[in-house]
Amino acid sequence: MRLKSTLAVSALAMMAANPAAAEIRLGAVLSVTGPASFLGDPELKTLEMLVEEVNAQGGINGEEVVLIHYDDGGDANRARTFATRLVEDDEVAAVIGGSTTGVTMAVAPVFEANEIPFISLAGAVVIINPLNPWVFKTPHTDRMACESIFTDLTARGLSSIGMISGQGGFGTSMREQCIDVAGEYGIEIVADETYGPRDSDMTPQLTSIAATDGVEAVVNAGFGQGPAIVTRNFAQLGIDLPLYQSHGVASDAFIELAGDAAEGVRLPGTALLVADLLAEDDPQHAVVTAYRAAYEDRFEEPVSTFGGYAHDAFWIMAQAIESAGSTDGAAVRDAIEATTGWVGVTGEFNMSPDDHMGLDLSAFRMLEIVDGGWSIID
Amino acid sequence: MYEFLQFVSSGMTVGAVYALVALGFTLIYNASDVVNFAQGEFVMLGGMTTVFLYDAGTPLWLAAVLAVMITATVGVLLNKLAVEPARGASVVSLIIITIGASIFLRGVAQIVFDKQIHRFPAFTGEDPITVAGAAILPQSLWVLMGGAAIFGVLYLFFTRSVIGKAVLATANNRLAAKLVGINTTAMMTLSFGLSAAVGALAGVLATPITLTSYDVGGGLALKGFAAAMLGSMGVPAGALVGGLLLGLIEAMTAGYISSDYKDAAAFIVILTVLFVMPRGLFGRAVAERV
Amino acid sequence: MRLSPRTWTLIILAVLIALAPVTFPSAFYFRIGALIFVNGLAVIGLVILFGYAGQISLGHAGFAGIGAYSAALMPMHLGLHPALALFAGAVLSGGLAFLIGRPILRLKGHYLAVATLGFGILVFIVLNNEAQLTGGPDGMAVEDLGLRAVSDALGLGLRTAEVWYWFMGLVLLLGAFLALNLHTSPTGRSLRSLHNSEVAARTLGVDVVRYKLTAFVISAVYASLAGSLQALLNGFVTPDVAGFLHSIEWVTMAVLGGAATVLGAVFGATILTALPQALTVFQEYEHLLLGLIIMLVMIFLPAGLLPSLGKTLRQGESI
Repeated sequence: MRLKSTLAVSALAMMAANPAAAEIRLGAVLSVTGPASFLGDPELKTLEMLVEEVNAQGGINGEEVVLIHYDDGGDANRARTFATRLVEDDEVAAVIGGSTTGVTMAVAPVFEANEIPFISLAGAVVIINPLNPWVFKTPHTDRMACESIFTDLTARGLSSIGMISGQGGFGTSMREQCIDVAGEYGIEIVADETYGPRDSDMTPQLTSIAATDGVEAVVNAGFGQGPAIVTRNFAQLGIDLPLYQSHGVASDAFIELAGDAAEGVRLPGTALLVADLLAEDDPQHAVVTAYRAAYEDRFEEPVSTFGGYAHDAFWIMAQAIESAGSTDGAAVRDAIEATTGWVGVTGEFNMSPDDHMGLDLSAFRMLEIVDGGWSIID
Repeated sequence: MYEFLQFVSSGMTVGAVYALVALGFTLIYNASDVVNFAQGEFVMLGGMTTVFLYDAGTPLWLAAVLAVMITATVGVLLNKLAVEPARGASVVSLIIITIGASIFLRGVAQIVFDKQIHRFPAFTGEDPITVAGAAILPQSLWVLMGGAAIFGVLYLFFTRSVIGKAVLATANNRLAAKLVGINTTAMMTLSFGLSAAVGALAGVLATPITLTSYDVGGGLALKGFAAAMLGSMGVPAGALVGGLLLGLIEAMTAGYISSDYKDAAAFIVILTVLFVMPRGLFGRAVAERV
Repeated sequence: MRLSPRTWTLIILAVLIALAPVTFPSAFYFRIGALIFVNGLAVIGLVILFGYAGQISLGHAGFAGIGAYSAALMPMHLGLHPALALFAGAVLSGGLAFLIGRPILRLKGHYLAVATLGFGILVFIVLNNEAQLTGGPDGMAVEDLGLRAVSDALGLGLRTAEVWYWFMGLVLLLGAFLALNLHTSPTGRSLRSLHNSEVAARTLGVDVVRYKLTAFVISAVYASLAGSLQALLNGFVTPDVAGFLHSIEWVTMAVLGGAATVLGAVFGATILTALPQALTVFQEYEHLLLGLIIMLVMIFLPAGLLPSLGKTLRQGESI
């Protein structure tokens, strides 16, 4: 532990061109542009904001945090190159990123080989199962989103659904997980349609779903503009069934884009969206309100679930480095695994050597859009 | 039966946008032999500029007019600054220039605008009109009518006005056009401006339905190029038919066969057509220049 | 004794490959080097198609996709060694190119461009949609080629990135050697006569269809091998390898470097692989600058970087 003042540390960091001893180099590979920019953009903004915040408070263990980030454009090959660059050239101590599952799986071996702790921001369960000793993730899995939706369906006495999914990584992965887990909840998927990442009209798919016998509800897996168009088309066709979206659209921007058509749509979301509805004594109240206010104040755009994943990943990493007292890979990794009872914007994290995500289903709250705002169903 | 009508209305709306992008390709191709892969960026600029002007308090109609004018200026600049100086370069080099331009314009858009998804309200309400059981959005009619109007106006322009005929003459034979005193350079500039304006108008008409963001251009350029080739590059009627056909194939495949493979179906049809008619649906048997 | 331009090209390439590592501060640069060679290999294939035969393709990433997923799937499902899978993929790509080449190559100019583009997109769609087999957009892991093990057994003491650098360097040299031999062979001369004028070539008795097809199949094999090698290098593959943007990237490399020469191909691959790495310091201005640089190069050096530079330097013929 160094006992230098922050001022001296910052001054030193500014003078030294090489990685000085007194800074913590945090790497990030994010899909800031390309088809997944909807994820990567708020993630990068969040990381930049939090790094500034930490440094303003004197850094971690008195050392300044330096964020080195690259934009992979959603391409796994490019991401792999940047991962190598972070490790070999930038000599980072820890890495946050991988906006999509494909990118995460492509870069993870690089960090594993170099024993660098890595927290992914992507959804699929393959990231942490089978367990990789150096890889963690903060988002809940797609499977949990499906389970959450199916629980709500069962509670409403509905069991036969139509699915419409985006053809990108997010939609495809969630669709598979939903199909996989449906049986356990006694749910039958009687219609199964997809749409391309740039499609602008889903009425043919929705018409087919609506015409399928026995469909009692529709579930849309996807993020970006797709779900907003699905929701609008759903209303246009006057389909009188419950519509479920995924956590991929959990943002105020969705309500804005979908307009009146969003009324009555349900989705599993995190506490982030309903900050003002949380009870004062809700354990998440403080963290959610603070992040939301800081982000919306600074970037003048609504927070999204994805930025929230980056928020939680950053703090888990920062606390682990702090409690490890150094940036030694194994020590930080052990400290991340020791994260218990920590409340983030996504939920309460209880990591362990066997569980590198540490969230349970309670992280999700079933939300419904009512009068152009969110409300909690319980 | 209402299903079929629903698919047709979906396919026509999407296809009309493809047709306008294809028309943009055709206008520039005729004047300069350039296949402009930045065509989709014009659609993006039209939509995004309207969004930002509208959000800043400009009335929607004025925002739309300004957006079309700004985009047309970008088109003219693209010609003046990037295509004209490269005169004499090979066709492939010119294609690479327009690809560079599309990367550049997208890069500018992500800084000037943002990376969020946007829309502005439909021109005349959001309540669907029901025709024989099929629900059609008023904005779809705007897209269809607007598209038809653009094609109609351009048809009159090219067949009735002196300038329009001069553009056509330039397209047919640049040297001959020059010899009869047509300013072919000005005709090229005009075509770029016109093409950009058509693209921007497509963006303005479609954004309430399709939504827009800084990176919608790439996909549209791909579909528009395919539509233009299907209907024979350089033939405006081909652009119209190619675009609508592409939209209808996608909608019918998604509705009746498999939504997974609707884009594949579109390209299979294009490949099949080209194997049978190597110059596209409206291709004339032109003797190859030796 | 005067050395032929072909020998010069190979010597220049070999010297550059051998000497470049002297300037490498970290293993990251070896990876960039290996990627440059992978792209260079594919672009040499395109040079045979564009530069020699004058035919355009906007869909060669489709063959890369076939190569990449052959390297991923065949070891997993057929128990093939990855090295064999690489060759099996190349045979598959070459065979497919032979089958579709005949109808596709009847098309000319932009019609050929859109047909090849369509082919590439079809491959991408299949890889993306058949998630049961390919893992869909999330991609799948690829078995290790075992290069490091060979290197260790030989006692070379190289790191993985270095092994790949030297291996890919050799592969690139071999690819360049074959392409240069083709250039001076009777087949190559016939191909180049196509480029200048198909009609004239036909009049002279050149079997136009056969030679175009030959160039198409060879370039498909190059692209397939590049795809396989990229997959093996990364140990992971996603459908993006077959994407439209990947095709466009290769075409841009070929044209930027100077589409007619092997050295130009490698030069174009080097610039466009390394440039994005250099531009990251400009953060969100990265894409804007990349587009601007591509435009400027093509406006001021329309023949491509290498021929234009070569002309200035030697005031004479290109290699």
